[in-house]
Amino acid sequence: MQIAARELQGSTILDLSGDIDLSHSPEMRKALLVQIKEKRIPKLFLNLKNVRYIDSSGIASLVEGLKASRDQGSRLILFGLNTTVREVMQLSRLQKIFEIYEDEEQALAS
Amino acid sequence: MVHDRNMPTNPDSGMASRDRESQADLLLRVELESNPEALCLVRAMVERATEVLQFPESESRAVVRSVDEALTNVIRHAYKGRAGHTIEVTCRRLRHVDNGASVVGIEIVLEDAGEPFEPEKLQGRSLDELRPGGLGLHFIRQSMDKVEFRREKGKNQLRLVKYLAPVAPVKSPQGE
Repeated sequence: MQIAARELQGSTILDLSGDIDLSHSPEMRKALLVQIKEKRIPKLFLNLKNVRYIDSSGIASLVEGLKASRDQGSRLILFGLNTTVREVMQLSRLQKIFEIYEDEEQALAS
Repeated sequence: MVHDRNMPTNPDSGMASRDRESQADLLLRVELESNPEALCLVRAMVERATEVLQFPESESRAVVRSVDEALTNVIRHAYKGRAGHTIEVTCRRLRHVDNGASVVGIEIVLEDAGEPFEPEKLQGRSLDELRPGGLGLHFIRQSMDKVEFRREKGKNQLRLVKYLAPVAPVKSPQGE
């Protein structure tokens, strides 16, 4: 898995790629919490377009990020989910809990 | 402990005693270490096995997800996150005939020598509550037709089965 950060108009976009499973979810969790808790980014976007796979540990990290952002009064916004990632969000019944957009353009306009 | 979703067929009766009419062909048996880096390799193997059995993509993803979550549970809970312990993964093709229709399935058995599983944790948790963790077993139960746990001779065994929709027998045209 790889994580790259982009700054855009006071917001941050994390471009994630690869597989988010037990071996990589701690890294993603840390990246999310740094942006949300330490940098206090008001809007954090996660670009999941190039994420091939996510497991329950990856979902748990996203939930932790969401809870942290709610505590901070900030927003965590996801976009670019492929079928595999969408299925897992649906199985977790989280697709309506997270802010999810089709692509970057729609997410940035939100 | 057995979890059995509503099935169109009645094939396997248990981990040790498959239905007598059911045939099981070994597809692969691998031994891996309890290292999270092995997960992507197992996912690739299981995905290929489902392709060989002609599972549709969505069903293939369900099987891959279940095996990945089950292995994650073994690493995290049975081996407490310690690397270097053995997990055996066995994958078989199941075949039987049900009311004249041919039924094919995939069986994956994981075996580890870690801590015994805790039955109270096998129920999963409510999804109404927003909190991290506890989703893996839910994914497995949602995705597989059979989920069976057994502790035998100091080892945990988890058997996962997923069937393809039965293929109806080919009927001869009338008059022939």
